[in-house]
Formats: sequence, structure tokens, C-alpha cells
Amino acid sequence: MTTTYAVLSEGLEKSFGKVHAVRGLDLAVAEGSVCGLLGPNGAGKTTVVRLLTTLLRPDAGSARIAGHDLVRDAAAVRRRIGVTGQYASVDGDLTGRENLRLFARLHRVRGPAARADELLDRFGLAEAADRPASTYSGGMRRRLDLAASLVERPEVLFLDEPTTGLDPAARNQIWAAVRGLRDEGTTVLLTTQYLEEADRLADEIALVEHGRVAQSGTPAQLKALIGSYAEVVVADADALLGAAGVLDQLTGSEPVLDRDRLTVGAVTTDPTVTLPRLVRELDAAGVALLDASLRPPTLDDVFLRLTERKELAV
Amino acid sequence: MSTVGYDLAYDGTAMLGRQLRRIRHNPGLLILTQSMPITMLLFFGYVFGSALAMPGEEYRAFLVPGLLVATAANGLMTGMFQAAQDTHRGVTDRLRTLPISRAAVPLGQALADLVVTAAGTVPVLLVGLAVGWRIKGSALQAVGAVGLLLLFRFAMTWIGILLGLASKSEEAAGQLGGATFVLPLLSNAYIPTDGLPGWLRTLAEWNPISAVTTAMRYLFGNASVPASGAWPVTHPVAGALAWCAVLVAVFLPLAVRRYADGER
Repeated sequence: MTTTYAVLSEGLEKSFGKVHAVRGLDLAVAEGSVCGLLGPNGAGKTTVVRLLTTLLRPDAGSARIAGHDLVRDAAAVRRRIGVTGQYASVDGDLTGRENLRLFARLHRVRGPAARADELLDRFGLAEAADRPASTYSGGMRRRLDLAASLVERPEVLFLDEPTTGLDPAARNQIWAAVRGLRDEGTTVLLTTQYLEEADRLADEIALVEHGRVAQSGTPAQLKALIGSYAEVVVADADALLGAAGVLDQLTGSEPVLDRDRLTVGAVTTDPTVTLPRLVRELDAAGVALLDASLRPPTLDDVFLRLTERKELAV
Repeated sequence: MSTVGYDLAYDGTAMLGRQLRRIRHNPGLLILTQSMPITMLLFFGYVFGSALAMPGEEYRAFLVPGLLVATAANGLMTGMFQAAQDTHRGVTDRLRTLPISRAAVPLGQALADLVVTAAGTVPVLLVGLAVGWRIKGSALQAVGAVGLLLLFRFAMTWIGILLGLASKSEEAAGQLGGATFVLPLLSNAYIPTDGLPGWLRTLAEWNPISAVTTAMRYLFGNASVPASGAWPVTHPVAGALAWCAVLVAVFLPLAVRRYADGER
């Protein structure tokens, strides 16, 4: 079985003056999957989305979206994509209904009014349909933006930081919508600063750093690569070394001791290291324990580790 | 009609509808811009007019075409505000990701502006009639005058759209827009230019506003064509048409290209 890629880019480059925003980006997103572009602010995620949605022209490299060349056949690409981001917004002066009807009309959807009503219902905006979009809450506005990207059921949907600045309830609604779209077979490429978001939504995560993909894989693969961080707080300084010994044996990585806070921490990539096991083994070794935690990696850890590894490689 | 032409007409009409709907939701700016010429007509006509050598009624009749053209020149400002707003609030970028004709979005904006301008001209003319302005030429010439006015508005709007699309921020566009009020001051819209010092008179008479104003006064039969002066005011109809043609020929393609390319 061969995989068909909805997004396939090779060596994409884009500079703004002296700023080299995207430096040789290779990306492959399988049809019908959700790909999360994960990276900190300034990593070039937004520029990548702007390139892949025809808003910017690449300086070098090539990409095919839904089988069409990004540069030579931009019009065909535009017919097959939907875009939602802070910079690609609906018209705040129009009502939700007017916005959706306008975009449906521009997409040559048959029965634009009916399609608008359908989307308003689906995204819980029916009651607010006749209010100007500028009066919507952040979550409603984001849902309207998303609905506007879906008037013509795009093959590839681009979401640039779809939940940044939203409260948890609004965020969950967007997540549910993205999952629904994936279930319908839409390919989704989303950018995010939140590891949790990429973890919950993406089939595949591409870590973006300095305008290129630093690492990619499934969430499980990446987490295994980065590992969790086990940290214990002991009762007194005498217990530090004992705890360090246990952690060393358990995780196989060198423990970090903090004598002021009385903590010992270590990275583990072993999935059999669980919190109960950690506590049991420390207890068996007679370590006087005050607190123990097994923290999944944060985005900071991910990038810290990536940079560390690169320095080692050099 | 070709597919390209059909798409442009279809998308352009959709965008025209969008602009008209926006105005319906938010009529404040429209009411303000449309009431400006009436306020100025009364203020200039009665306050300044009393200090001029020209009799009051004659000055007010002189002023009506000038104010209409000065208002039409504001197409630059409103076109720029609108395009800057769309650009910096993300609407332009979303539209640019759609599979629609590249010219449709700016064209829809320019056409919606024309509809509004045409409607806004009526109250100014009615107040003009009430304060002593009259159509003294033929009906056909009067229709020609209004047509010329709308053509000039259309031309100025495209300059505005280009500047708005290229603007750095909405605030920057606002500041630049505020500066455009000097354009009609350097023309014969409010005052005759024959009293100006030589170089200033030349500058004012080469201002497109002067050519269009002189043509309007001629076509409405409010004033005869000046015997001396720069070519555009001594040949006002040809001068005004030439100015409009040049402005549209230069700024319409630049604005459409700027819209299509964005910051690519």
C-alpha cells in the first residue's frame, strides 16, 4: 500500500530581508491525517502555513498540496484548501450568517444560504447568527473562522494556532471539531505552541525549529524520545544520595540533585517506570520521601533536549 | 461572456454585496462623510461667501460643483481606510486564499463606493438648489457632469485601494488619510485660481480636482470655460477625462497586482 500525501514539501525556503524564516522545510502529511507543527514563537510556523496556502511565494523549494503544485497551479490549490489563522479572518462588520453566505457564494457552493445555516448549527452559532462577528467572544469568533474555512469541504485544512488565547471550554470545542473533520477524511495541518494540543489531536507531529523540521514522529515516538521527568522530594539531606541511587538504577540516566530544595530528578524514557513503581522502589530502599512526581515532558523540555542533542552531535 | 469575465462579474458582485451590507450595519461613517459637503456648503457659502467679492448666491452656485468634486476626491481616503482595514484585520488574506478572481475584491470595493457616492450626491444637489445653485445647461450635459464626477471618484478610489493595501497599519493609513484634506485646497474647488501667485496657480490648475471642477461648472452651466490658464482648465472636459483615464490606467492595475501578490 502506498501512502498518498495531501501535503508534500521539499526544501521550502523563505526570507524576509535578512530574516531567514523558513530554511529548507521538508514535510509530508498523509492524506486523511492530522499533522501538528509544533514549535515556539518565532520558529517559522506561521510562515510555513502562509507559504503552503499560497499567501507567500517560496524563494526556493517546491510543494504539492492535494496533488497540485503550489506555485504553478496556485488556483487549483486554493480550490482545495481551507485556512484559519489570526491573519486570515472573517469580516467583523458582517454577521456570522452573512460571512458564511459570502464565503459559500465565493466558493460557488450550491445553495449558499442552506450551507451557511448548516454550518451555523454545527458550530453552535445559530443563536448569534445575526449579530456582527465583531461582537462575538473569542471562542465564537474562532468557531466562525473555522466554519468559514469549511464552506466547501476542503481536502486540506490549515489551522494556524487555532486555540491560542481561548479558555479551556472553547478550546475543547475546537478540538472536537478538528477530530470530527479528521473522521470525515479531511487532512488537517495545524500549528501550535502547546504540546498537549499536538498530543491530543495529531497523528504525526513535526517539531519546527529555526524554520526547519527538527524532528518528526507520532506523539508516542516523540515522547519516548524525550522521556518523562521523575522528581522526588526527600525529608533531609542524608536521604538525597539514597534517592539518587534508586533513580539512577531505575531510569538509567544521571540524576540531578538540588541540595537546597532537597530534590532529585531524572529523565526516563522507559514506559515501565510508573509513579507507583517509583514510590515502591524508593520506599523499599528506605528513602524518607515527602513528594514524588512523574511529569510528562513540556515543550520546554522537548526543545531543550533537541538543542542538547545537537550540541552533542557537533 | 468568457469564463474569466463571468467569474470576475460573479465574484465582484458578491464583494459589492459585502461592502453594501457593511455600510448598512455601520452607517455612521457614511452619514458623516456624506453630510460633510452639505455642512461645508452652508458654512463656506454663508460665512466665507460674505467676505468674497463675488455675490453670495453666485459664490454658492460656484461652490456646489467644487464641493462635489472635493468630496469625490475623498474616494482616495475612504478607499485607503477600507483597504487598510481589510488588510490589517486579516480579511484580505482570507480572501486571497479563496479560488476567486484576483481583481474581484478591489473591484467590488470600488463599485460599492460608487453606488454610495451616487446616492450621496443627491442630497448635496438638493441643498444646492435650495441655496441658489441651478442647472443652466442641457439635461444631457448635467447627466454628463454627474457621470464625470463618478468617474473621478472611481479613479481616486483606486489610488486609495493601492495605498491601503500597501499601508503598514490602520493607524498609518489614518494619518495619511487626514493629510488628503489639502488636495482640494490646492485647486479651484473653493476659490477661483486667477488670484493666486503664478507658480501656485499653475500647481492648482494642474490638480485633477481643478479640471473636473471646471468641467462640472461648464456642464451645469454655472460658469464659462476660463480663457486663460493651464491646459486642463481651459479644456476642462477633455482635461478631466484625460486625468481620470491616466489615474485609472496607472492605479487600477497596480492595486489589482498588489492585491494578488500581497507580500509574496
